[in-house]
Amino acid sequence: MNRETKNRKAESTVTARELSFRFGTNQVLNHVSFEISEGEIFGLLGPSGAGKTTLIKLLTGQLKPDEGCAMLLGRDTRELRAAEHKQIGIMMDNFGLYDRLSVYDNLSFYADIYHVSRSRIADILKSIGLYEARNTAAARLSRGMKSRLSLARALMNDAKILFLDEPTSGLDPVTTREIHSVLGEQRKRGTTVFLTTHNMYEAEALCDHVALLSQGRILEYGAPADVRRKYNHLNRLQLTLKNGQVLSLENSSASALQIKEYLEQEAIWAIHSTEPTLETVFIELTGEKLETCADCTAI
Amino acid sequence: MNNMIAIFKKQIKDTFKNKTVLIQFVMFPVLTVVMNNVIQIEGMPKNFFVSMFAAMYVGMAPLTSISAVIAEEKEQNTLRVLLMSNVKPQEYLLGVGSYIWIACMLGASVMCAAGSYTLQESLAFLGVMAAGILTSLLLGAAIGTRSKNQMTAASVSVPVMMVFSFLPMLAMFNTGIAKVARFTYSQQVVLMLEQIDARSLRPDSISIVCGNILLFTVLFILSYKKCGLD
Repeated sequence: MNRETKNRKAESTVTARELSFRFGTNQVLNHVSFEISEGEIFGLLGPSGAGKTTLIKLLTGQLKPDEGCAMLLGRDTRELRAAEHKQIGIMMDNFGLYDRLSVYDNLSFYADIYHVSRSRIADILKSIGLYEARNTAAARLSRGMKSRLSLARALMNDAKILFLDEPTSGLDPVTTREIHSVLGEQRKRGTTVFLTTHNMYEAEALCDHVALLSQGRILEYGAPADVRRKYNHLNRLQLTLKNGQVLSLENSSASALQIKEYLEQEAIWAIHSTEPTLETVFIELTGEKLETCADCTAI
Repeated sequence: MNNMIAIFKKQIKDTFKNKTVLIQFVMFPVLTVVMNNVIQIEGMPKNFFVSMFAAMYVGMAPLTSISAVIAEEKEQNTLRVLLMSNVKPQEYLLGVGSYIWIACMLGASVMCAAGSYTLQESLAFLGVMAAGILTSLLLGAAIGTRSKNQMTAASVSVPVMMVFSFLPMLAMFNTGIAKVARFTYSQQVVLMLEQIDARSLRPDSISIVCGNILLFTVLFILSYKKCGLD
């Protein structure tokens, strides 16, 4: 049974139905609907100001929707109780760390809040690569280390669902990989992860499902590969030959002989499909670019 | 209760690394001890410096500390994360409030020890300080709740703090100011501390302090209803 089939059968952890929210006259979210299954990594992809953080706030009960409803772990987010809050881990985009406290003290405070054993702090710090910096004040950490500490805090209570708001925004590729590795571990443990990002490579590498959000609307939803296939209008193969020539062939049996011939001549340097990236899909749908950074491509 | 204790413990750790707040707690008790022992002027009322600095302490330390702590937590987004971690707003406010109240009461105890009070006078002194600190805390919490960041909090709390802290001193030199100042809790704290010798806590003083507590409680509730802890 592949992962997608398994997910479809799994219980829904987060459900948004026709969710709308406005700040004053600004319609931030407009009839947003999706479902996230247990153990799934879900990526909400969109540029700054698309409504990603607002959606996290709605899903975690920090804001109440104007229309529609959101369910978290089977309960309406307007009525979340302590039992649900205890199962949520949140990493905000601006960290929310106590700058004057050390790495260890930041986590020990939350260990007290969550009634978690202090021994867990050392385990988490080791797993996230911050153990050596445990006595350093949060203010003196680099952005990458702050990000990891913020993630460590979100992991303190062994949450069933993690909400991560741009967890790798502005981070170097090494730290980004480390965070992805931690998220991979969480996936293996069956933790549901909701992450927002404007990094298409991150979404493709990590997520089981993605939703493309623009101006408060979900424009596309599905597995990253499915979304890319759906918008592969050209449906052609691109052959780069060793002599530098680039050929565009129809993606059908008609091209098989030609490809075989080049293969026999050992003339092929690379074969690519014309399948678009999520970035290209996003541009096609909205006419606007996701804010990708130079480092993102290194993921 | 556990969350309150956790917040209390966190505040202790944080205060020792936060010179701005730490100095608020320490400055006036130290000044009281020094001035009370160093300056002896003939004809000066008994415990003059204790009463004067105690009133300043009441008007300054709790008000600026709690408004700064709440505003900083809002600005740094730590409060939002905390509230998302199963901590109720009242637990947070009680945790921070009780910590600052106790820290200020420790300072008040030092001031009390610096003065020459009997046991009964000491208890009355601490009772008056406890009420004054509580009043100041409510006002500071209202300012902190209403402010989005530390700069906004400071721009409001500093002038308010100066009014309540220095009004009793100015009232000594100007009868017009004294007439207005008598309706403030800090002035009543001074009057009650000065009269502790006579073991008479005047009912009008107590009612003015209670009125101030009521007023600032309403102000805090309005601020909280309007802005919450967001």
